[in-house]
Amino acid sequence: MPKDHGIGASPKRREDIRFLSGTGNYTDDINLRGQAYVHFLRSDVAHGKINGINTEAAAGMPGVLRIFTGADFEGVGSIPCGWQITDKHGQPMQEPAHPVLAQGKVRHVGDPIAAVVAESAAQARDAAEAIELDIEELPAVVNMKAALEEGATKVHDDLTSNLCYDWGFVEENKPAVEEAFQKAAHVTTLELVNNRLVANPMEPRVAVGDFNRASGDSTLYTTSQNPHVIRLLMGAFVLGIPEHKLRVVAPDVGGGFGTKIFHYAEEAFCTFAAKALNRPVKWTSSRSEAFISDAHGRDHVTKIELALDSDNNFIALRTDTMANMGAYLSTFAPSVPTWLHGTLMAGNYKTPLIYVNVKAVFTNTVPVDAYRGAGRPEATYQLERVIDKAARELGVDPIALRRQNFITEFPYATPVAVEYDTGDYHATMDKLEEMADFKGFAKRREASAAKGKLRGLGMNCYIEACGIAPSNLVGQLGARAGLYESATVRVNATGGLVVMTGSHSHGQGHETSFPQVIAEMIGIDESMVEIVHGDTARTPMGMGTYGSRSLAVGGSAMFRATEKIIAKAKKIAAHLMEAADADIELKDGAFSVAGTDKSVAWGDVCLAAYVPHNYPLEEIEPGLEETAFYDPSNFTYPSGAYACEVEVDPETGKVTIERFSAADDFGNVVNPMIVEGQVHGGLAQGIGQALLEGAVYDENGQLLNASYMDYAMPRASDVPFYQVDHSCATPCTHNPLGVKGCGEAGAIGSPPAVVNAVIDALQSAGRDVTHIDMPLSPSRVWQAMHG
Amino acid sequence: MYNFEFEKPATVADAVAALGAEEAQALGGGQTLIPTLKQRLASPTKLVSLTGIAEMRGVSAAGGVVTIGGGTTHATVAAQAGAYPALAALAGNIGDPAVRNRGTIGGSLANNDPSACYPAAALASGATIVTNTREIAADDYFQGMFTTALDEGEIITGVRFPVPEAANYQKFEQPASRFALVGVFVAKYGAGVRVAVTGASEEGVFRWSEAEQALDHDFRSDALMDLDINPDNMIGDMHGSKAYRAHLVKVLTKRAVAAM
Repeated sequence: MPKDHGIGASPKRREDIRFLSGTGNYTDDINLRGQAYVHFLRSDVAHGKINGINTEAAAGMPGVLRIFTGADFEGVGSIPCGWQITDKHGQPMQEPAHPVLAQGKVRHVGDPIAAVVAESAAQARDAAEAIELDIEELPAVVNMKAALEEGATKVHDDLTSNLCYDWGFVEENKPAVEEAFQKAAHVTTLELVNNRLVANPMEPRVAVGDFNRASGDSTLYTTSQNPHVIRLLMGAFVLGIPEHKLRVVAPDVGGGFGTKIFHYAEEAFCTFAAKALNRPVKWTSSRSEAFISDAHGRDHVTKIELALDSDNNFIALRTDTMANMGAYLSTFAPSVPTWLHGTLMAGNYKTPLIYVNVKAVFTNTVPVDAYRGAGRPEATYQLERVIDKAARELGVDPIALRRQNFITEFPYATPVAVEYDTGDYHATMDKLEEMADFKGFAKRREASAAKGKLRGLGMNCYIEACGIAPSNLVGQLGARAGLYESATVRVNATGGLVVMTGSHSHGQGHETSFPQVIAEMIGIDESMVEIVHGDTARTPMGMGTYGSRSLAVGGSAMFRATEKIIAKAKKIAAHLMEAADADIELKDGAFSVAGTDKSVAWGDVCLAAYVPHNYPLEEIEPGLEETAFYDPSNFTYPSGAYACEVEVDPETGKVTIERFSAADDFGNVVNPMIVEGQVHGGLAQGIGQALLEGAVYDENGQLLNASYMDYAMPRASDVPFYQVDHSCATPCTHNPLGVKGCGEAGAIGSPPAVVNAVIDALQSAGRDVTHIDMPLSPSRVWQAMHG
Repeated sequence: MYNFEFEKPATVADAVAALGAEEAQALGGGQTLIPTLKQRLASPTKLVSLTGIAEMRGVSAAGGVVTIGGGTTHATVAAQAGAYPALAALAGNIGDPAVRNRGTIGGSLANNDPSACYPAAALASGATIVTNTREIAADDYFQGMFTTALDEGEIITGVRFPVPEAANYQKFEQPASRFALVGVFVAKYGAGVRVAVTGASEEGVFRWSEAEQALDHDFRSDALMDLDINPDNMIGDMHGSKAYRAHLVKVLTKRAVAAM
């Protein structure tokens, strides 16, 4: 019988009432007295030298308060990068400056050149059109291979080349990997592109800067997944505002998908301008601006080689990737193709030798950074595609080939520097075979053939790494931030609780799921627990939400803080019942003395803590409020097996997804409904990448599909009814909840299944197609079929 | 958008008068024009809304002809043009419900987007475009991408569609916009078969006369087997090459015939 309460129950999401009834409080809902509006004049060329900016006419336009250009930000800090990669020669990556407004050069379409602050948004935009720009267009660097050629135009004149870094992982493994390839019985090679994606959260970015002249405090309201990170980066590195004079609030946020992790120039601008003008300054991104200013995702070009022995054991893996950084280094961009990608190349397999080479490249395109999955989808896609190709080349069952090479003993130390704590890859595969009804596929293929359609079945496994940690390790890897999470649990006098978490919810449902954990621990109703997040003035320093970390890291911090609460409450209860601390038990919201019928209710203990008339004041302080910072000892490693069935219309190349099954191991699950919803969303994004999405730049660096007229987002009718399961749970061994993380799995695990299915459909019809790059649009599939 | 004046006349005569102003622009359902204005890609001084003109709204059928007011929304056509089922089906598959409840047939035909659905129906049906000053045969009306026979300030007040013996519209959607990547409307009349193609050509909607002749001779999809359309004048973009579009024209024409 399903639980109706606590961990494992599926109460409906309490936050949805306000989201669905239009009563949410998003950043754009924040309007401050005296607020002015900024419009950014953005570059319409990809690369150019700024010879002059004439703002004279614009400055005289109605409502204009001030026009800012790059010159106003001389002496102001550069937008910082939060991760430094050390290259294969032991040298730090090349790290260019990233000014708030362009200085000297523009480097991508969308690069902000000037900012007009006016009484209204329309006036600001009118005036921006009156600014006269003298920009000398330079050749655009768009193609990564061309960018790395000798003598290529440089995106940044002060760097030695367009190469950010050349990373080898693990460099010491390289000779052994080469040797293994020499003696391999079979080598499968695949060249592929992991397509560039635009995140497209439903809510575009918004920033409102405010300055309090009386206190000298600055406040930034922003659409962020991690307000404390923004406060630190912007305050310490860009604007020089100490944290105690700077508050960052990220209220309701309408989807992030990674692109709202990063610190953006517009945030710094609004904060800076609010002080300069002594008025609140607001920016609301249009969807058109979002396409050319939100960090994009993916954009890898990879060659992967898999070496097998004569028994089809994987003996070595070698990859060579170019990763697009875009024009500037976004906050966590360098970490995505390296530590979030190279470390995942073992996948679910016991390949003993792995070498990963990644060249990160600057181009005149929008910066690229983490997007749902961040590095792990790129790793999974190439690995699961090359295994599928190997199975076809060898004429063996792709499932059997995978099973044969599965890691089966845990903990398992991979050759790419991580240690998987738990997992059971055969179990999820067994579950998948059952859910996806592989046995019935032949019949379904016949039925499709009768309609003139080619049916294909594709599957893959995935492993992912959530809750990146521990801080001391990631510091050695180049992270310039800690990766713990925090929670303060405040118990009120009448027994209700407020949890102030450093995690941030922007669709994940923390306001519902986090209280379930506390309800379970104390034995009270979830409605007694309120979650506060997204405000640096109200929550302890936390790192925010990304990388499927919130429950594993933030939930663990909350768990630890609640443990401290319970320990103290037991002392109070012991005092009230005149018993020993060790004899106190907490169950169903009441403390009792073991072996007796004495008990005292949760609320009475809480009241005693704040009205300490009968209270052990000599031993413990009054009050009931505890904080915990949790720094995990390892990543968590969700895993799973996915299967996709497609129909391909051979006449048009159109692919439709007929079935999709996902068997995931997320460890323990707090709210199964929310977990399933996360998987559904992730699958839709993965299917979007596989079939529909992909930013297209022309040779001049113009983004050709910078609107929904040409950039295809997945819609409900593009995805099937999913079959999802998370019953094959191997709890994480190193966090107190035994949870792993589920937010990105769907997006990580689904693209290879889709592509494998299409290749299966085409090959089963006798077409010699071994690979098609995503998105598998009708025209690309048709083109591949007709060579 | 830039500032503009706004008028919403109640009669065609008042609308024509209002459109006499310099740089005045008629506004139908606004499904193309309003996004264009929001992008600041157009700057009319005055918008003259045609949605308040009762005489331009509605669907009627008589004597083998379906007549649709120029200000009639796609949703209304979908619901009320049952006398011409292929036309009603086409209207019911334009855009999404929001678009269908605002967008109008007159607006679509006046804009003549090369990927719009209605031009294919009008051309394949040999429809008559009725304006405030004259009647224009569909064969004379469409003059290339975004270009029509309409004069400045001329308003489409209605469209008359002769109802064919049978008809079918096949739309292959562009994945992002869901406009027609290619759309083919086949209509079979006593006087002959008409095949109109939208979405494919750089010259806008066109009649595929070779297919019409082949189908006049033998109305089966197999009759198209040996026909191929020249890809040279096709649109080629990120959603499909010229050759792909040419291929789709044939596939969709065959499917339309097979569905009739």
